[in-house]
Amino acid sequence: MKNSGRFGQFGGFYVPEVLIPALEEMENAFYKFYKDEKFTSELDVLYKDYAGRPTPLYYATRFSELVGFKVYIKREDLLHGGAHKVNNCLGQGLLAKYMGKTKLIAETGAGQHGLATSMIGALFGMQTKIFMGAIDVDRQSVNVHKMRLCGAEVISVKGGTETLKDAINEALRYWTANVADTFYLFGTACGPHPYPVIVKHFQSCIGIEARRQCLEKIGKLPDIVTACVGGGSNAIGIFSAFVQDKNVKLVGVEPAGKGIETGKHAAPLNAGKVGILHGTKMYLMQNKEGQILDTESISAGLDYPGVGPEHCYLKDINRAQYVAVKDEDVLNIFDIFTKCEGILPALESSHSLAWVYSQKGKLPVDTTVVVNLSGRGDKDVDIVERNSK
Amino acid sequence: MRTYKETFAQLNHPALIPFFVIGDPDFDTSLEIVKAAIDGGADILELGIAFSDPIADGPTIQKADIRALNAGITVEKAKDFIAKVKAYKDIPIGLLMYYNLIFQYGAEKFFADFAKAGTNSVLIADLSIDDVDEIYTPARKAGLDTVFMVTPNTETERAKKIAEKCTGFIYTVSLLGVTGGRDTLSDMIKPLISKLKSITDVPVCVGFGVSKPEHAVELAKAGADGVIIGSRIVKIIEDNLNNKVLIAKEVTKFIKEFKTALS
Ligand SMILES: Cc1ncc(COP(=O)(O)O)c(C=O)c1O
Repeated sequence: MKNSGRFGQFGGFYVPEVLIPALEEMENAFYKFYKDEKFTSELDVLYKDYAGRPTPLYYATRFSELVGFKVYIKREDLLHGGAHKVNNCLGQGLLAKYMGKTKLIAETGAGQHGLATSMIGALFGMQTKIFMGAIDVDRQSVNVHKMRLCGAEVISVKGGTETLKDAINEALRYWTANVADTFYLFGTACGPHPYPVIVKHFQSCIGIEARRQCLEKIGKLPDIVTACVGGGSNAIGIFSAFVQDKNVKLVGVEPAGKGIETGKHAAPLNAGKVGILHGTKMYLMQNKEGQILDTESISAGLDYPGVGPEHCYLKDINRAQYVAVKDEDVLNIFDIFTKCEGILPALESSHSLAWVYSQKGKLPVDTTVVVNLSGRGDKDVDIVERNSK
Repeated sequence: MRTYKETFAQLNHPALIPFFVIGDPDFDTSLEIVKAAIDGGADILELGIAFSDPIADGPTIQKADIRALNAGITVEKAKDFIAKVKAYKDIPIGLLMYYNLIFQYGAEKFFADFAKAGTNSVLIADLSIDDVDEIYTPARKAGLDTVFMVTPNTETERAKKIAEKCTGFIYTVSLLGVTGGRDTLSDMIKPLISKLKSITDVPVCVGFGVSKPEHAVELAKAGADGVIIGSRIVKIIEDNLNNKVLIAKEVTKFIKEFKTALS
């Protein structure tokens, strides 16, 4: 491997030997193509004409009035497929094409990454297999249908916690046996090197656009940029453009599930310990011995015991702050925000909106906050319905 | 304490190395099973400490991990288990496990404590030669041998580097994939054994998919210094969960078949 893939003590590539050549091949291909003129111009066209980039930065008038400061929304929910996941899938999918791979596999939690991978599989004519925990297949069934309509095979993973973690376990096992012709299109800025680097790169368009749009629209940088954090891809995508702007506060929002104190959550940056899982060293929810704990969150896309290594690093050097909000506050804001703005936020993205709402009346009126609305909530209407009293 | 070196030197056939998950299906039965494997003629033991997320394992060993965890196995108890096996017979023991358990225990302390309990080596499924520095020195300091994996897709130069860091044996993975019983041996294994034999003197032990005495004989002919039988033997436990007394007998019988075929 060319690089160690470290962010401070975090990251690395802790994988079985059999996967090393595949990761090496991927790292080589990434560094060969990511600045290549043909590759980048092809990707730019896809971003624009297929995905719908750039996405708008929208000033949420009524929500701003409600909270008492200025809230701008980065509209990743408007992208094709309904979430930021398509940015990464177009990038990695194109990389797979340039590498001559013909088969794609991916894990998915909320189904957004599975859907985006299935779309790209159809677009590039690649055979696509999606691994999804059985519980998630059930709670995100609309996306399962869409994936199948795109021609993908959806494999329901039984055993374990039957959520994102187990989908990754199974995808890794499958990859181990099929490394030669299969490209593992990983969905978040986590996992073994080079994934955190690659995913961040292909998601960095969010931050680059948002920063430019702030300067154009507001005439200055925002005071706060916030995003929800599952594995960390939409958050690192928007944070990365602002990391050097020391006066811009970065706030990542994790799922507190039923409450941090209950242990039923998925907030490793708030309540985890450093450990190793799925090829990377990161904050991790685990027991004293190092067995991985069950997680809980109303949003399937954030229901994961670990978190991308770069976020762990940003936390440790105090460059970003990571907070957590509970399921009940997420459901509450879903309702409030939808009624305020006529925009259905994904339950994942609703976490960052819930944190913004928690700051109501606490921030000066001229404070500007940019929220990365990572996806739309169409997939979540059933869950919201089921959970509303 | 008996070393790998002594064991390989004294054997006139490839070492017979069964694999079990410690505490599967429960601590006491597991101990009886391992003793039965020793009685059947095992030359070395490969023992796993159960992990919640075993990404290198197929369904059979995944289920064994779950059984062991549900029956209450812990890293501490696994250490006692090894000491108990050693008290029964001085046989070399290699551990096969995932890194997080060692990381949480503290690598230095883990190697020291487990060496003291009677472990000869610790193979970490999700730690490659690239991160050898995190474990090599503490392992050697504790008096352990080192074992790393080579797979059919490992480049020759890399295989050399790996071999240089193996003081016990090279864990040679016979196929591309996870653990699990297979009907036939992969055609990748013979060329891999030849390649390893041409670049190193470290014993070459083959695992993953080895399921039948015929497989062991084939591997012996190809030059393997040891055969590791994992899922197929763990399957005996899975198939006899409602008659635990039978498991030990079946395991002895199964190992004897391999021993006879190899001798
Ligand atoms: C809309 C949406 N936002 C956020 C996430 C969480 O992923 P990440 O933290 O990688 O952005 C998901 C994952 O499925 C998602 O669907």
